[in-house]
Amino acid sequence: MINIKIDNKDIQVAPGTTVLDAAKTVGINIPTLCYLHLHDFNITNKPAGCRICVVEVKGRRNLAPACATDCYEGMEVSTHNIRVLNSRKTVLELILSDHPTDCLICSKSGSCELQTLAQDMGIRQIEYQGEQSHYKEDTSPAIIRDVDKCIMCRRCEMMCNDVQTVGVLSAVNRGFMSVVAPAFEMNLDHSVCTYCGQCVAVCPTGALTEVDHTNQVIRALADPSKTVIVQTAPAVRVALGEEFGMEPGTRVTGKMVSALKNLGFDYVFDTDFAADLTIMEEGTELLGRITRHLQGDKTVKLPILTSCCPGWVNFFEHQFPEMSDIPSTARSPQQMFGAIAKTYFADKLGIKRENLVVVSIMPCLAKKYECQRDEFSTNGNPDVDFAVSTRELAHLIKQANIDFNILPEQDFDKPMGESTGAAVIFGTTGGVIEAAARTAYEIFTGKNLEKVDFKQLRGMEWIREATVDFDGTPIKIGIAHGLGNARKLLQDIKDGKSEFHAIEIMACPGGCIGGGGQPLHHGDTSILMARQKALYSEDSGKTIRKSHENPYIQALYAEFLGKPMSEKAHHLLHTHYFDKSKPAEIDE
Amino acid sequence: MTQFKMHLLVCGGTGCRASESEQLFHNLKHEIIEKGLENDVQVITTGCFGFCEKGPIVKVMPDNTFYTQVKPEDAIEIIAEHVIKGRQVTRLLYLNPETEKHVSDSKHMGFYRKQLRIALRNCGFIDPENIEEYISRDGYAALAKCLTEMTPAQVIEEMKKSGLRGRGGGGFPTGLKWDITSKSQADQKYVVCNADEGDPGAFMDRSILEGDPHSVIEAMAICGYCIGADKGVVYIRAEYPLAVERLKIAMKQASEFGLLGKDIFGTGFNFEIDIRYGAGAFVCGEETALIHSMEGLRGEPTIKPPFPSVSGYLQKPTNVNNVETFANVPVIINKGADWFASFGSEKSKGTKVFALAGKINNVGLIEVPMGTTLRDIIFEIGGGIKDGKKFKAVQTGGPSGGCLTEKHLDIQIDFDSLTAAGSMMGSGGMIVLDEDDCMVSIAKFYLDFTVEESCGKCAPCRIGNKRLNEMLEKICDGKGTMKDLDLLRNLSHVIKDTSLCGLGQTSPNPVLSTMDNFYDEYLAHIVDHKCPSGQCKALLQYVIEAENCVGCTACARNCPVNAISGERKGVHIIDQATCIKCGACLEKCKFNAVFIK
Repeated sequence: MINIKIDNKDIQVAPGTTVLDAAKTVGINIPTLCYLHLHDFNITNKPAGCRICVVEVKGRRNLAPACATDCYEGMEVSTHNIRVLNSRKTVLELILSDHPTDCLICSKSGSCELQTLAQDMGIRQIEYQGEQSHYKEDTSPAIIRDVDKCIMCRRCEMMCNDVQTVGVLSAVNRGFMSVVAPAFEMNLDHSVCTYCGQCVAVCPTGALTEVDHTNQVIRALADPSKTVIVQTAPAVRVALGEEFGMEPGTRVTGKMVSALKNLGFDYVFDTDFAADLTIMEEGTELLGRITRHLQGDKTVKLPILTSCCPGWVNFFEHQFPEMSDIPSTARSPQQMFGAIAKTYFADKLGIKRENLVVVSIMPCLAKKYECQRDEFSTNGNPDVDFAVSTRELAHLIKQANIDFNILPEQDFDKPMGESTGAAVIFGTTGGVIEAAARTAYEIFTGKNLEKVDFKQLRGMEWIREATVDFDGTPIKIGIAHGLGNARKLLQDIKDGKSEFHAIEIMACPGGCIGGGGQPLHHGDTSILMARQKALYSEDSGKTIRKSHENPYIQALYAEFLGKPMSEKAHHLLHTHYFDKSKPAEIDE
Repeated sequence: MTQFKMHLLVCGGTGCRASESEQLFHNLKHEIIEKGLENDVQVITTGCFGFCEKGPIVKVMPDNTFYTQVKPEDAIEIIAEHVIKGRQVTRLLYLNPETEKHVSDSKHMGFYRKQLRIALRNCGFIDPENIEEYISRDGYAALAKCLTEMTPAQVIEEMKKSGLRGRGGGGFPTGLKWDITSKSQADQKYVVCNADEGDPGAFMDRSILEGDPHSVIEAMAICGYCIGADKGVVYIRAEYPLAVERLKIAMKQASEFGLLGKDIFGTGFNFEIDIRYGAGAFVCGEETALIHSMEGLRGEPTIKPPFPSVSGYLQKPTNVNNVETFANVPVIINKGADWFASFGSEKSKGTKVFALAGKINNVGLIEVPMGTTLRDIIFEIGGGIKDGKKFKAVQTGGPSGGCLTEKHLDIQIDFDSLTAAGSMMGSGGMIVLDEDDCMVSIAKFYLDFTVEESCGKCAPCRIGNKRLNEMLEKICDGKGTMKDLDLLRNLSHVIKDTSLCGLGQTSPNPVLSTMDNFYDEYLAHIVDHKCPSGQCKALLQYVIEAENCVGCTACARNCPVNAISGERKGVHIIDQATCIKCGACLEKCKFNAVFIK
């Protein structure tokens, strides 16, 4: 341990502790801006670029950034003397002087870290006025880059490069015109962006936000010629409450259903229903491949990779197109839901698909892109019309004057609102493969699975490996979340080193609970841990916990689809992938 | 081997080449062959002589005749007169402006008299493209001595004893740097030569690489031996094509001579050198930014620690020194640390190369012992101020430095005295200013540069320098307020205090030092709306004196923006709102009616 003094307080810290962390231990919260530490994922962004966290260190010529300065024996630090305060305030004023002041109408207003900092530091005027840097705005199918608001914190760049290894965003230009952008300042939709939205999830300002579809939803709800139905993804119910001041991990499934009914949706359904359906299709495909493999069929490709994450699908279409025969062909739950809704359910209602509007509430921004893919529409009519993020849903609820906290709990509508515990855990890393294991085990072994909790598949480690015993047959499972980790597993497969039978991949850290459309965590990963815990407790509270036991799924097959992987199922519930490794034509 | 009776050394530096020294070289050669003298007289292209003001230079050896401003067509006369008849071509000799007499020998020229050339010892003496010439002047003897007679620790000790400090700007003790890097444990280490010379006006590193590339190669190998590295990388800006070309030739020759590559001098020591090109970003002179650029990443600095000596290029221990620092190394080994340390001041040993520029008679590259006074440099070596104007200030240290004035002229300059005086050594840029220079504009000139060259990573440098520049512009435009002066000072201190790297930590120095030394000029711009040296156009007024105006209309006809009105034979008037202050009216008026207010 080493002894230091911060603001005249004696502190003992371990060697390697930063001044920022040391100060925290004695209740001194040095303000930060560019710094981001995702504790449970071991992700840190500390370019020491914003210089907001500067402190005075006795004997040092200039001020030191607390986030990136390690403590040393005998160090004496002042965090708020006049020199420090003046510098910090001046630097903040400089940042503000090159930032639009349209806070009132900025989509990030209220959750903007720059705004909070200005408020905390009591900035009432900006002494240093001057030219502001301007860049072109970039709207993609899922993400809007309003780069004038970029403060060069580099968090997005770190997520895109270090965590996701997608490498779309990096600093371009120099000096005053420096900004984070795709190469050649091209638009995102010309880049290899996966729309995972992790850049949006960590952006402290309004520079990166989601494309807002709430107005289209409001208009559809107001159109008497339309029947508007909604599906909600599993991860939404354990995060939405945060937008209304509830503790992270509060389960608000029932209140959410009430809110959606109050908003005027004709039917409130659950993406979980489609998750159960996914298990039927993907599980069957998985079993088919494994069985053939075990029987010695050399043509069969293993491991099989999950395909419910649209960010991940974009990733391998861009980066590993030659391996696109490995992932399952099963569509994501969002798209399975849309396809069934606009056929089976529209038929049930006796309406044309054009008059049925399917809205999905998603923790994800890539879902916005996914539902706009050509292959997921019929005669120009998409299976899912609008994908709305958890944050956008909160805005919709607030706009409709609904006091979310006092809402009664209501149940999803039938038939597409019924789901199992297996579907609920789709929202966390490891959940899809656990759900698949529950069903696959019973089908493969013909036996009843007593213990449905596959604890060995759970957790938050980036890459996890487990062997599940299918009654004597060991099935090797790999799990990765974060695309950089996915890349590692994919590279192993490419190099012929992978021994897995099946791999689950989620683009976002933590899976959908950490999706780009979720309430912002502002670097507090305990929020993600709480959401994960909530999903598992929602699962354990369910009466039915295996997808194939969902009676409405059984009915769907009996009435409509026949059996898993049937021709009809193939047509509606499976997809194909594209080689997107070639750069898109830029027509500007 | 042919024994030539006479050598003609033609400067092949970038400056002289721009004045057709290549053609001159060919003409001389042609004449020699024409006259059948090719076995007696040799023409050699050398590196820079330093006296760029009077280039192209031709030096005749052994008699040391120093010809200046030689044109290609002068070749015939030089051969006919000097070479054949043994008569100096007087008109090409340097003319001492004071005595108005021609000086035949460089040793008697004010420009060279007080110089001591250690780092530049071979520049202008040898053909940089011929390794044998380098070897003939003790080249690679230092490497041989290190490898065969000394342990790495002994070499490092010698370097420490010499007191050599980094010539790139920081002034960090070179021996200590080598020592630290030698103690880092790793399977691979690197020697990096920083040839990303970026200070406006500074060109000593370029000149060394153009004139004496082998000294840098030799020093890098010595450094590699000391720190335990078998790989060296020269990071050089791509804007230095001639330096790159000569460096490549030198590397090739050194490899052919077994002085680079495997088992050098049969000692088992291996050393290879690679070249990485920079795109010419000033910030890439900062060692962490340089390393990132070498790695193919964006050239921007990262926070230290870790220092490159612990984790540098490709995360391996890396010793970064600049060109001039390396150029000093072989001679220190050859002549000994004590010899080297006998020059210079107490804490800054040896010499320093300065690029002398601005309003000075002898523009060029000079090398003087540390501790030489500014007065000697400017008035002796530099030959004083151009056109007999009054000395106002000298800007040292480039964009990171500051302006020193009359009262600083007798400071014995070294790393510490310059810093104490509010400027810095930097890489050795020295720009002399006279009474016609506006100090606010000078500060703005440097801020224009740092704004352009900031990498943009940290907020105070990215935005702060821009705001400083905008305020200076406002003052130059006559729109500044007294509050701006307070803001300027506060912001300057904050930028210095909070910026991430040396660029931002020093970029406000030109502002602060001009405010400290020339506060009156700032006040004149703000309070009186006047630019004392008449440089700030916005504060000038072209006016027509009614008494002198005869109404010839010459001014009105030549005004490009039709700002002048008046009847023929009547008094003319300049509309100040329209006037763009181009000065055409002043130039055209034959009756002294137009003047500047």
